[in-house]
Amino acid sequence: MELPVDHLEQDRVAGLLPSPDPIQLIDENGAVTSGDVAGVYELPPVQTLAEAYRRMVVGRRFDAEATALTRQGRLAVYPSSKGQEACQVGGVLALAEQDWLFPTYRDTMSLVMRGVDPVDALGLLRGDWHCGYDPMKERIAPQCTPLATHAPHAAGLAYAARRRGEDAVALAFIGDGGTSEGDFHEALNFAAVFNAPAVFLVQNNRYAISVPLSRQTAAPSLAYKGIGYGIRSEQIDGNDVAAVLAVLSEAMSHARSGHGPMLIEAHTYRIEAHTNADDAGRYRDPSETAMWVPRDPISRLERYLTGVGALDDQAVRRVQDEAEAFAEELRSRMGADPAVRPEEMFSHVLAEPTAQLRAQRETVRELVMRGD
Amino acid sequence: MAVSMVQALNAALRDAMRADDSVVVFGEDVGALGGVFRVTDGLTADFGEERCFDTPLAESGIVGFATGMAMRGFRPVVEMQFDAFAYPAFEQVASHVAKMRNRTRGSVTVPIVIRIPYGGGIGGVEHHSDSSESHYAHIPGLKVATPATVDDAYSLLREAIDDPDPVVFMEPKGLYWSKAEVALPARTAPFGHALSRREGSDVTLVAYGPTVPVALEAAEAAAENGKEVEVIDLRTLVPYDEAAVTKSVSTTGRCVVISEATGFAGIAGEIAAQVQRACFYSLAAPVHRVTGFDIPYPPPMHEQHYLPGVDRVLDAIEQLEWD
Repeated sequence: MELPVDHLEQDRVAGLLPSPDPIQLIDENGAVTSGDVAGVYELPPVQTLAEAYRRMVVGRRFDAEATALTRQGRLAVYPSSKGQEACQVGGVLALAEQDWLFPTYRDTMSLVMRGVDPVDALGLLRGDWHCGYDPMKERIAPQCTPLATHAPHAAGLAYAARRRGEDAVALAFIGDGGTSEGDFHEALNFAAVFNAPAVFLVQNNRYAISVPLSRQTAAPSLAYKGIGYGIRSEQIDGNDVAAVLAVLSEAMSHARSGHGPMLIEAHTYRIEAHTNADDAGRYRDPSETAMWVPRDPISRLERYLTGVGALDDQAVRRVQDEAEAFAEELRSRMGADPAVRPEEMFSHVLAEPTAQLRAQRETVRELVMRGD
Repeated sequence: MAVSMVQALNAALRDAMRADDSVVVFGEDVGALGGVFRVTDGLTADFGEERCFDTPLAESGIVGFATGMAMRGFRPVVEMQFDAFAYPAFEQVASHVAKMRNRTRGSVTVPIVIRIPYGGGIGGVEHHSDSSESHYAHIPGLKVATPATVDDAYSLLREAIDDPDPVVFMEPKGLYWSKAEVALPARTAPFGHALSRREGSDVTLVAYGPTVPVALEAAEAAAENGKEVEVIDLRTLVPYDEAAVTKSVSTTGRCVVISEATGFAGIAGEIAAQVQRACFYSLAAPVHRVTGFDIPYPPPMHEQHYLPGVDRVLDAIEQLEWD
């Protein structure tokens, strides 16, 4: 008796599985590798990589400045993405103007690298409002603090955009910890079932606050979570911006051309603690962090670009000066206290405040006038 | 023509889908089956798969997907199959649907309607009879509506779909098969307006959804004992029509709040607190509550002892310091 199930076509299965080893195009020494075995992914043009280099240097300086701003009491907290610049920059460089980004709290650098005013991007962490930029204008969803709950939004928005005949893809950033959440799985499933043009980029930085990857999953790689949903998946060296750009660009065009979602696992490392308020010494050995220093995304690209003659000492200095000027301007602008209107707490709860909200707003207004 | 509440809800969905192409209906079993209660009956056949479709069986995914669609201009009306099966979506509702407008200063709005059949009295087995309205009413950023009559089922659902804010639409499943002579489309009153279902000058019963018929039956019985009972149907828990309740209790001086949900920390307690503050000098007796007991919803063979019935309402009225 034959069971009413589809015969597994080995080609289809193989097409969904990630490469057995992470895709890497430029190695730690800045040398071009033989690329992926299948030859699907091509090294991006030198100009693109030079632009990625510039943004990664500025992005890292932004990250350091944000951490400094926590010490000055200008930010409530800052979750650093130092060491993850290749994903932060490669991710947004792969986006077309009409595409949407769904970031997490650790992805502030990517917001800035897509062009959001850094002061607005830091609004959440400064605390004058939850989301400091206009998501509709930037086509960037509010940074998501609960884990993976934004992933179904990316699937839904991508599906809606396709229904409206828009050529937009939604890119969602997720962390390794987020892949344990139910919403991650529901998002992959919905995206696949509805053939939504969504790309899920898992930045596997090996820690969810203190909990190591081994406690999140027993899967051979997080990219293997795609096949269970019928989603094409890939794993990459997340510190190689060339690989990030090449694979993400392929994923975006895969989704854009109607082939459905893609899942990418980027192997990277959280160089800093979870946030400035965390103590990584309690759960990981400094020797482990030291191992990741030579894998740095910026130094390897610098070596590559220098090697091909696209970068010299003068150009390196120019980029560093730009990064310093960027940080200085941010520091100066963040030095001013933002204007806060307490009554605004009641302004956006509903389209029209209820009688109860109006009364409560009046209470706050009176307390403020009294100077309490 | 006699119309059931299910038919009225179905008509409201149809008329809303006809009026606005961005209205889409989805959830579990809402397509070919027409929903386990048949509220979406025929929508896929008449409007096509694009407008009414089945989804994977994942409530958080349904509400999260709807949120994303709403961000790109759709007006999703999603069905949670039963009250207790909506809990997996709670984080999406509390952290995103309710907060999106606020966290983005009004830039991103998600006018979603989440339909939830709720309440008991239908002999349902475990997890099929919860009254979860207080959970949603407790979350700022949501509106919560619940019809008690057939014409209101139509009118409130149309209002909910047109509303610029997300609405949790609680459908009293015990009243799904109640019928009334109504001409559809019917428009009753907007959100935030309670309606008096029966005039009376001696005591005010505040009810909503499934407890409105109970209150009306109790009022009839009380009338035989010479007490004239006013019955207020809240219709929307958020916005809460405090003015209507205050006006009535200020006249009657006595108030009983009736709710099927467990009483502790629930809607009925909130209303009682508001009434005692606003009507303190008019009150002849403490405000009473008749609610479900503070226990998990009981097995079906026990539910007649759990539900706030006519006898318990009459007992509460008797305790209102009449001498």
